[in-house]
Amino acid sequence: MTQITVTVNGTSQTHEVEPRQLLVYYLRDKLGLTGTHIGCDTSSCGACTVHMDGMAVKSCSILAVQADGCEITTIEGLAQGDQLHPVQEGFKECHGLQCGFCTPGMIMATVDMLQNNPDPTEEDIRHALEGNICRCTGYHNIVRSVQWAAEKMKTSAKVLDGASVSPSPVYASVNLNQQQQQQL
Amino acid sequence: MIPYAFDYTRPESVEEALDLLDDDAKLLAGGHSLVPALKLRLSAPGRLIDIARIPSLKGIREENGEIVIGAGTTHAEIMKSDLLKQHLPMFAEGAALIGDPMVRHKGTIGGSLAHADPSADWPAMVIAADGEVVLRGRNGSRSVAAADFFIGFYSTALEEGEIITEIRLPVPAEGTRMNYQKFAQPASRFAIVGCAVVRHPDGSVRVAFTGVSDAPFRDTGVEEALSGQQLTDDVIEAAAAKAAEGVSLNSDHFASEEYRQHLARVYCKRALNAVA
Ligand SMILES: Cc1cc2nc3c(=O)[nH]c(=O)nc-3n(C[C@H](O)[C@H](O)[C@H](O)COP(=O)(O)OP(=O)(O)OC[C@H]3O[C@@H](n4cnc5c(N)ncnc54)[C@H](O)[C@@H]3O)c2cc1C
Ligand code: FES
Ligand code: FES
Repeated sequence: MTQITVTVNGTSQTHEVEPRQLLVYYLRDKLGLTGTHIGCDTSSCGACTVHMDGMAVKSCSILAVQADGCEITTIEGLAQGDQLHPVQEGFKECHGLQCGFCTPGMIMATVDMLQNNPDPTEEDIRHALEGNICRCTGYHNIVRSVQWAAEKMKTSAKVLDGASVSPSPVYASVNLNQQQQQQL
Repeated sequence: MIPYAFDYTRPESVEEALDLLDDDAKLLAGGHSLVPALKLRLSAPGRLIDIARIPSLKGIREENGEIVIGAGTTHAEIMKSDLLKQHLPMFAEGAALIGDPMVRHKGTIGGSLAHADPSADWPAMVIAADGEVVLRGRNGSRSVAAADFFIGFYSTALEEGEIITEIRLPVPAEGTRMNYQKFAQPASRFAIVGCAVVRHPDGSVRVAFTGVSDAPFRDTGVEEALSGQQLTDDVIEAAAAKAAEGVSLNSDHFASEEYRQHLARVYCKRALNAVA
C-alpha cells in the first residue's frame, strides 16, 4: 500500500491505496464520486474524463498513485451549490444528452477546451471532443450545447468585467436563456 | 480491468531512477501505453518507477544549434511550444494529431519512442528531422541517430538499465520546409500510415514513414528519386510512386498490405506537395 494525498473538488483526501488501483476506481469506490463513469475501460471512450491539475485526463488510464499531490476535479465539483456550471447548463438547454452516460466526460472535456479556446469554431469543438464517444446523440446537440456554453461564458465574463455598471450576472443569464431558446 | 500487483516508486532524479532500474522494474512516464498494457496483463513488472515528474526530463530548449526536447515532455507541451512552432513546426502540428486532448496531456515523446509502437507518430518525425535519441545508463550517456534507434516490432536500441533523457534535433537552416501527413485509425487515432518530410534549402529531402512496416524507417528510395530535382508535380508523382518499396508491409483487419502501400504513396505525395 502507498499513501496518497489528493485534493478532490477542493477537499484534501489522504488514503492508503494499492499502487495498481486506477484513479477512476479510487474516485468511484473509495470516495463515492460515481459521477465519473467507466465506459470502455480501454482508454477509448472518455466517459471517465476528469481534470488533473486543470487538464482533462482519462482516469481509467491513470493510477491513483500518479495523482498523489495533484488537484482533481470531477463532474461533482463543477456546480456552485445549486448554480450549474455554464457547460452543464448548456447540455441541459440544448438537449446535449440522451442516456447521459457520456455526459460527465463530455462536460469535463468541454470545460478544459473552453479554458484554452473560449471562442471555438464548430470544427474546434468536434476535434476537442475526439476522445469522447457518445452512442446516443449523434453529436450535433453536443456541439450546440458547447456553443451555447461558450456564448454564455463570454457574456458572463463581459458582465463581470464591467460589474459596477452592468446588470448582475444572474440577470444577464436570464436574458441569454430566452434569447438562446428562441434560436433553438 | 485490474493490473497484477506491483510496487511503485517516484524518484526525484534520473540518477536515483537508474539505481532502481533492474530487470523486474519498468519506467512509467505518461502511462498511456504502459497502463493499458498493465490492465490487459500484457506486462507484469514487479515495480514501476515513475519518472513523469523528474524536472531534468521536462521541457524544450535551444542549445548549440539544436532543439532539445526532454523525454518527459508531453505531446500537449510540444503542441504549444513557441520554440518548436518557430523552428520545427511539423512537431507542434504533428503533436496535435496524436490521440485526443486527454491522451496528449499525459503521453510523452520519450515514452512514445521507447514503446516504439509501429503506428506511433513521433518516430517518423524524429527520423525525418535527423534527430538523435540520448540514452543514459549507470555508466554514462550515449546518443543514437533516430534512423538507427528503431530496430523492429516494438524494439529499439534501448538497452536494459537505460533511460531516454532527451531528443536532440538540429535547428533547420532558414528556408527549410517540413510536413507530416497521417491517415489515422478512426478509433485510436494511431497512424495507419504517417509520412514525415523535411526539405532543406539545398534541395535535399528526408522522408520517413511510420505505420507502414514493423518499424518506422527512412525511405531512401523516395529521397533518391527527388535528389537534385525541382519538386514539380511530375517529380513528386514519380518519387511518391516509390514509397515503401522493398519493405515488409504491415497488414491488419483495418488495412491490407496492398492498401497500406497505396496509402503510403498518397500520403507521401501530400507531404511532398506541402513542402514543394
Ligand atoms: C486512446 C489512445 C490513443 C493514442 N493515440 C496515439 C496516436 O494517435 N499516435 C501516437 O503516436 N500515440 C498514440 N497513443 C500512445 C500515446 O502517445 C502514449 O502516451 C505514448 O506512446 C507513450 O508515452 P507515455 O509517456 O504514456 O509512456 P508510458 O506508457 O509511461 O511508457 C511506455 C513505455 O516506454 C517506457 N518508457 C517511458 N519513458 C521512458 C524513458 N524516458 N526512457 C526509457 N523508457 C521509457 C516505459 O517503461 C514503457 O515500456 C495513444 C494512446 C491512447 C491511450
Ligand atoms: S472508461 Fe476511460 S476512456 Fe473509456
Ligand atoms: S447520451 Fe448516451 S452515450 Fe451520450
